[in-house]
Parts: sequence; structure tokens; C-alpha cells
Amino acid sequence: MTKQIRQLDRVVIRFAGDSGDGMQLTGDRFTSETAQLGNDISTLPNFPAEIRAPAGTLPGVSSFQVHFADYDILTPGDAPNVLVAMNPAALKANLADLPRGADIIVNTDEFTRRNLAKVGYQSSPLDDDSLAGYVVHPVALTSMTVGALAAYDVSKKDAERSKNMFALGLLSWMYSRPYESTLRFLERKFAARPELVAANVAAFKAGWNFGETTEDFAVRYEVKPAKMTPGTYRNITGNAALSLGLVAAGVRSGLPVFLGAYPITPASDILHELSKHKRFGVLTMQAEDEIAAVGAALGASYGGSLGVTTTSGPGVALKSETISLAVALELPLVIVDVQRAGPSTGMPTKTEQADLNMALYGRHGEAPVAVIAPRSPSDCFFAALEAARIALTYRTPVILLSDNYVANGSEPWLLPDVESLPDLRVEFATKPNGDDGTTFLPYLRDPETLARPWAIPGTAGLEHRIGGLEKADKTGDISYDPANHDFMVRTRAARIETIPVPDIEVEDPDGDARVLVLGWGSTYGPIGAACRQLRQRGLSIAQAHLRHLAPMPANLAEVLRSYDRVVIPEMNLGQLAHVIRARYLVDAISYNQVRGLPFTSTELETTLEEVLKNV
Amino acid sequence: MSEPVALKLTAKDFKSDQEVRWCPGCGDYAILAAIQQFMPELNIPRERTVFVSGIGCSSRFPYYMNTYGMHSIHGRAPAIATGLSVSRPDLSVWVVTGDGDALSIGGNHLIHALRRNVNLKILLFNNRIYGLTKGQYSPTSEVGKVTKSTPAGSADAPFNPLSLALGAEASFVGRTIDSDRKHLQSVLRAAAEHQGSAFVEIYQNCNIFNDGAFDQLKDPATRDDYLIRLEHGQPITFGADGRFCVVHPPGGFGLEVRETSSVRPEEIVVHDATVADPAYAFALSRLPGLDLRNTPIGVFRSVDRPSYDSVVQEQLAAARAKVTETPEQQLAGLLGSGDTWTIL
Repeated sequence: MTKQIRQLDRVVIRFAGDSGDGMQLTGDRFTSETAQLGNDISTLPNFPAEIRAPAGTLPGVSSFQVHFADYDILTPGDAPNVLVAMNPAALKANLADLPRGADIIVNTDEFTRRNLAKVGYQSSPLDDDSLAGYVVHPVALTSMTVGALAAYDVSKKDAERSKNMFALGLLSWMYSRPYESTLRFLERKFAARPELVAANVAAFKAGWNFGETTEDFAVRYEVKPAKMTPGTYRNITGNAALSLGLVAAGVRSGLPVFLGAYPITPASDILHELSKHKRFGVLTMQAEDEIAAVGAALGASYGGSLGVTTTSGPGVALKSETISLAVALELPLVIVDVQRAGPSTGMPTKTEQADLNMALYGRHGEAPVAVIAPRSPSDCFFAALEAARIALTYRTPVILLSDNYVANGSEPWLLPDVESLPDLRVEFATKPNGDDGTTFLPYLRDPETLARPWAIPGTAGLEHRIGGLEKADKTGDISYDPANHDFMVRTRAARIETIPVPDIEVEDPDGDARVLVLGWGSTYGPIGAACRQLRQRGLSIAQAHLRHLAPMPANLAEVLRSYDRVVIPEMNLGQLAHVIRARYLVDAISYNQVRGLPFTSTELETTLEEVLKNV
Repeated sequence: MSEPVALKLTAKDFKSDQEVRWCPGCGDYAILAAIQQFMPELNIPRERTVFVSGIGCSSRFPYYMNTYGMHSIHGRAPAIATGLSVSRPDLSVWVVTGDGDALSIGGNHLIHALRRNVNLKILLFNNRIYGLTKGQYSPTSEVGKVTKSTPAGSADAPFNPLSLALGAEASFVGRTIDSDRKHLQSVLRAAAEHQGSAFVEIYQNCNIFNDGAFDQLKDPATRDDYLIRLEHGQPITFGADGRFCVVHPPGGFGLEVRETSSVRPEEIVVHDATVADPAYAFALSRLPGLDLRNTPIGVFRSVDRPSYDSVVQEQLAAARAKVTETPEQQLAGLLGSGDTWTIL
């Protein structure tokens, strides 16, 4: 039968199931197919910290949301148009996020009395009128998958596990996705077990064919490719982009990259990724703890590597003393903090921006470091390069504040031309720098950068000792001289404060905005989407986003003073707002949310509209 | 490979221009002098030698050596040195630490460096006290030690540093004494030749806060009866005319000291530092009593095991051997890997 085809400009789909149902993989595959088609994309995985929470329970629900459109989008979408619910828990956990009229595809096989009881359903919501406002598509996903694989040489368990591919096939059909990349992926993934390749491909095709033949799905949708800058793209998560940025920093500096890391959610993927790139001379070490991880990275920097350590908030706390040592030693060091909800273990798989204070101030003594934050998944690549640039040029620790939202979210990335990436080459000290031509002064600074020479062990004639004790200016000898300490403290502060960083740019297309929204890090997407929605309604609003949090751009003071009101939305209790108020004496409005989830553009739109009304 | 050129360095070459600031009479002076005198023997250029330390009296050591050096933070020297050593296999990296630095605040890094067999020479100056903080008991102080922080006597049992190192899979373990320059240098020599982690405990006198802690091992009246000088391939006997010996009693787990006259010569244990099973060296490490009687010094254990550095460098070399492109070409290939699409 010929199905009706309807054009859409954008769709948000959420795949939800048990943590063991393979929802992340399903979402990832759908995203890849969608990327191939040329839509703009933004994704949001949301999963529990437990690897396998008790099956069928609410805490065990794992989901993956993908937003795709025929125009450029900034967020994974506020509310799904389509929910794929693999069991009653997935339905219950996600129903509140669905607008009325949304499509719900449910796996009816899992709606057993026992599974319903597990999540507190007295009766099946499929049988009463509780889903009356939605378009429900009941599909016996598990049994149809098992049926489709009856002739295949796989166990019943393996057949059941293929149900996510049936669901993917069905959704791929519904939204007219090209599926060749998924077939190739399955061949790679199960290369060692050809029977599983065959079974998963068969399950996928059964799902596709089911869509084509069943009466229940009368309409098929298309979302045309977005107008995007010409070039080659790939879909990339923030953690992957950050890893590639570090590899690129090694290539562009000509230095070996040394990563010291201890496993921690949500940063471990960077360790996994970098450990694959030994052919670039990238050396990774899984250390015994967070302290050793940063210590080894600092030791490698001392030896002439680009030392990097990756972690999340609790790890940064442990590394704090070593970061202070790096401040005193004035050696390059990149510390990546993929923020998660805290304090303490908090919610390890949920996002937050609450480590800004720690990054700026969380050390003993006057120990300033540079701090930068990426605004989107693909921006993590460039932020990593920028962190390396500052660390290498100014011989300082740099904290790179990513977060779970950009780390695990994904978007299309226009691949950069390698030759266009910044040149990060550095010069090691090779000869004495004292006036007498024989003395080496390890703390004699470059007047331009205030950086001291990087004299690595192995360099004859420059043997010297460094350490955590206060050093005399120029000679680096131990010094308790009061005036020298005062001078060195101020110099270390000036070293960071005078690093040239690009001016902050303001987006104010109407040119007459009186309210500025200032953000930093991963809130760029939701803030940008909210501003667009307001502008579409004829309201003027300006947006500026900070990448450099220390030092801050030189023009920030002027930008802040150009607007009647400044609003600062943050996923913390106002940490940037506090800095802005203190530094610039601007009465900024702090808008906060700490739910472990990114802002939705709709709630920001509402908040900003209130501010606009009162200006 | 061509023959290494004799560098003709002397002890003086290894003295930095910094004023040494340990207390007069500190055992650290003797160790510093012994090491400065010993270093030329290795024929390693000064610029390829690095001393890394933590915090404490002993950790001031790098400032006094005219090599590369880093005085780092409390307990972390093994971690920092690991990053340096594994990324720079051309360097000779030494860690200088103390009983508080290595065994208390830095215990975790010490055991993991030993487990990995990082190519570090770790010198633990053990004076059984916290000196730089002015006299608190340390993790090697005897139970009941009365100090500023334990006026009623310490309640916790000490570590035996060598037993700990052996339990941590150390491939080289030795012990020596600050006042015996010749012996100290002989153990350092063996440590320097060892590939992988070499752990050397140096009994060191703190004449301010724990004076005389090792006097029985130094006093000519007692030392021969107290010290067991281990020599590879030799029966373990000690005391005047070798009147004591070490035996492995049948049915027992460890080693014991007997009067030599009471045992048959074949019962005396012949020292072999290369025994694969660490139980032997561990048994040796358990011989001393609280009064320091039966204290073995020398090389307890020296076994071949691939160093972490060499395994890591082999992996890097294997990965890089296949590379034919420039780094930029490789990078372009990496960025464009996976599912890509092109918009015209």
C-alpha cells in the first residue's frame, strides 16, 4: 500500500527503555542515519549511574533524545514529539515531558501485570483512557522480533535483545532515514559473531517492513536536509571532540601528549578515546588515584610533554594541591573537568555547572589559573586547542570546564582543515639566559608573556632545581624575602590576568536590545534558542556567551554597561553572576536551575520575557 | 652502539651552589656526601639525572644536587616521577623521600610505583620521626613512642617498609645505613643497575628529635651482633666469627636466627636476591626484633621484571612503526574517520 508522506521541519524523538535495552545505541544509530541525510541535529542522552538497575523499575530507565530539523538548531529539544517506550517504566518516567498529541510507540509485550505493578500502575494505561490525549501505537516489539528471527541461529535471549533494532527499523521507516550506515555498523560491531549480524539486520528490516505494511502507521514523514555550510561533517559528542582536540594540540605543538587519568563519570570516555591514539605519540596512564593522575601529568610536562588530566568535580578537588604546585612551578598543564551534579557523588550522570567557583578559586594561597568552557559538543574540540595554547604559551595550568550535557550530547561538526588550526609550537630553553652567558635563570620571564623558560631535563648546562617553596625572582632560589613574595604573588596574578583572549561577541540582530543574556559553557544552546523564539515574536534581546572565564575578555565591562539589564542563567546557584557583580558592579539578575538537566528553551523564554516586560 | 665516553665527573660536579640547611649533625649530610661521591661512577651526564622529592627534611635533597630536580608536594614524588620517567625513558630518575612522606601521606603512590615497576630509584630516608614538623611520631615509629602528638605513647603499630615494598611487588628491595658510606654506595650501585623500581631504605639518624634510633647498628660494641650483612651467594652468618646464622626451620614459614654452632653447615641459608618468590625476601625483612637485633642490610631482592616504562614505550613504538603519513595527514584522517557526510 502507498502511504501518505508528510513534510516536517523538525522532530524530537525520545527512545526510552530499561538500561539494558540498548536505548543509547538505538538513539546513536538513529542520529547517525539522520546525520547522513543532512539534517541539523542535537542529542541528549539521559541514563542512570547504575549499569543495570533492577529491570523494569523507574530508576533503571535510560533514554536518548534526538532533535533533527531542516534548519540549524541549538538544543536537543524541550519536549519529544515521539516517545518510544520499551516498557511501562519508560512510559511512566517520560510521559510528563510529552505535549498532548505526541506519538507514543509502546512495546506491548512488556506491559505485563508484573511490570505494571513494579512502577505502580494499577491497570494498564494502554487499556484505560489515561493516554487519551496522545496518539498511541501499540506494537508487540519483542514477540514480533522473536518471530522474525525464528529461522535464525540465535538463542531466544539474543533474539529478544534485538528488539531495539526492530524499533530502530520502524522509526527509520517512519522518518525516511537512510539505513546503510546502520547495516555497516552492525557488521563492524558483531564482526566476531556473524549470526548476530544477520539477526540484528533481520530485526531492523522486520521493523522497517512492519511500518510499511501495518495499518497503524498511515503516515510517513520527511524532514528535508538543513542548509548547512558546505564541507564534510561528522556527528560528534563533546567528549570525543575534546579528545580529538587534545590529539590535535599534540600535532600542532609537536609535543607528545601525556594523559594521566583516573576513571570517573562522565570523563572516562576521554581516557578511552585517547588511549587509542598511541600512533600520535599520545601516552595515557590510568593512575592509582586522581592525585597521581595530575601528578604524573605534571611530571610529564616537566619533561617536555603536554601534560593533561581529565576528571569530574570530585577529582578536581583531589587534584587541587598539585594544581597549586603547577602554579608555583609555572609549567603547562591542562585539567579537564567534565562537570556533573554535586556535591560529593551527587548525580554522576546528570549535568551541572557548579564547579566554576572551584575552578576559579578552589586552591590554597593566591593560585590563579586560566579557565575556559566549551559551549557545545563540537566546540569542545576548539576549546581543548585553546586550553593547550594558553597552557603552552603562558606555562600555566588551564582548567577546561566541560559538563555532562556537552560531553555526552552530540551535534554535526564541520571538519576543520588541519592547516587552519592554531600553531602551538613552543621553544624549549637551550642555553643560559643570564647576563654572564653561563648562568641559567629559571624564573627570568619573557617580558611579553611573563612566561618563564621551559628548560627540560636532558638540556646540558641548564641544570636547575624547582619546587613548591617560594622562589626568588629570576634565580628561582628558595626565598623567604617579604618583598620578593609580594612581587611573585602579584606577578603570578598578572601572568593570568594579562593573557590576551578574544573579545566577547554580542548577538543582537535587532540592534536595539535593552536586555543582555550572559551565559557560559553548555547553556549556549538553550539560551540561543530562547532568544530566537523571543525575536521571532518581535522582541529584542541580546545574547553574549563567555568562553574565557579567567581571564575575562577585555571588552566585557563595556558590553555589560551597554544594557539596562543583564540576565545570567546558570545551572548552579549563581556562581558567574556573583563574579560579574563583584568584578563589574553590575546588578545582574541570576536565573538558576539545578535539576541535573539542561535548561529548556521554553522556560528560558518565559523568564526572559518577564525581564523584558519590566525593563 | 659506540662505547660510552667517560665523562670524568667528580663529586664536586654534583654539588649545587645552594647552602645546605639541615640541622648540624643530621644523618642527611652523610647520605648527601655519599651520593654526590657515588654519582660520577654511573657515568650519566648531570643533565640526564633528575631527583624528585616530596616534603620533609629529606625532600630538600634535590636542591643540593647539581642535576635537574623537583621538590614537589607531600607524598606525591613517586607519582610525579612516574609521569616524568615513563615519558622520558632517556632520563635517570631518582626519588628521595622520608618515612612520613613515603609511607603515610604518599603510601598509595609508593605501592603503585613499585607494583608498576616504574624505572625509579626510590631512596627512603627512614628516621622514624617527623622532623620538619618538629617531632611527631611517624608510621615507622615503634609502638608506645612518646612524642609531642603522643604524650601517652603512640597507639598504632608501625610499618616495616621493606615488608610493605615486597608486598607491593617490588622487584628490587634493599636497606643500608647513613653512617656506612661504603655499604650505602654498594646498595645504590646495585639499585642503579636495576631495570625497574629499586626501593632502598636508608636508616638515617635525626639527632634533634629521635637521636640514636639506630645506635645499636652503629656502635662498634654491638653492631656486629646486630647487623646481618647480606651478600649474594654467601651463607648468611653474622656476629663475631660468624657465631650466628640464618636458617629455614623445617615446618616453619619464615627464617630464624640460630647459633651457628648448633646447626649443620648445609642448614644455613645461602643468600639469593634473585629468588622469584618474594616470600624469601619477606622472611628476611621480618628478622629484626624491636631492639633492632638481627637487622639485615644489603640487597634483599633483585629480580628481572619488565619495567612499566619499557612496556609503555614498546606499545608506543609499535603503534608508531606503522605510521607512514605526516602528523598533519594522520590528524586529518582521524578527524574524518567514522560516518561522515559532505554538503556541497
